[in-house]
Amino acid sequence: MIPATLNGYLFLSVALFAIGLLGVLIRRNTLVVFMCLELMLVASTLALVAFSRFNGTMDGNVFVFFILTVAAAEVAVGLAIIVALFRKRQTIQIDQLNTLKN
Amino acid sequence: MSDLLFNIFAVFTLATAAGVVLYRNAVNAALCLMLSLVGVAGLFVGLDAYLLAFLVLLVYAGAIVALFLFIVMLLDTRGDPRPTLHKLPIVARILAIGLVVAGVASFLTRGQLPSPNIANVPALGANLKLYAYQLFTTYLLPVQILGFLLLIAMLGVIVLSKKFEGLEDIK
Repeated sequence: MIPATLNGYLFLSVALFAIGLLGVLIRRNTLVVFMCLELMLVASTLALVAFSRFNGTMDGNVFVFFILTVAAAEVAVGLAIIVALFRKRQTIQIDQLNTLKN
Repeated sequence: MSDLLFNIFAVFTLATAAGVVLYRNAVNAALCLMLSLVGVAGLFVGLDAYLLAFLVLLVYAGAIVALFLFIVMLLDTRGDPRPTLHKLPIVARILAIGLVVAGVASFLTRGQLPSPNIANVPALGANLKLYAYQLFTTYLLPVQILGFLLLIAMLGVIVLSKKFEGLEDIK
């Protein structure tokens, strides 16, 4: 059993970030790629809160507010782009969205 | 007791996060994301940041995952092909494995930060008044910028998703 120390929380945060990054790399559905991006943002907030708690400061906790807001704005714009893309191309698979590549 | 809860929530969070990556159906992935966020909220409670735990549940698990589910059902995509690593070139695979091994090794040998006993550190995150004080003094400018960012995001979403019928001749 891992004790709930700063290292434990940081290791968990790194693991969560790595899972999110893996999802961004190997998934082909744009929506799921987006969900994995959210996972990476949440992992970074976990690290911030852990640092803040173990050092007795407040700044990390306040930064979580900003990350939450940026994530919400990002999701709104990203999903609007995905819907517009689906209207235009009838697909959201990354393999088929390669107009700029060719 | 807090160690036990930390381990339970950690395993729960990581397992459901792996579910986000591995489920081929996007609805299952979104529900796994929600469970993973619930686990993160539990970890925040373990770190005495009660307000942040509540906000993560409210904003992420409530609003954002619901938005994802709406879009998944709106677009009605078929299941993904199984996620695979076979398309990666051999150099990328060796590089990735090497980086992971180096990262784990450096974490195990030198990555040990001094961890103070949590009982001796004041739990500032549990005090709601401090959040408001910080947001309205030290971080006042970032709050203003974030408000502007939200305005721009709202305008962008409207422009992206609305069909402008009468404006075709202008373009």
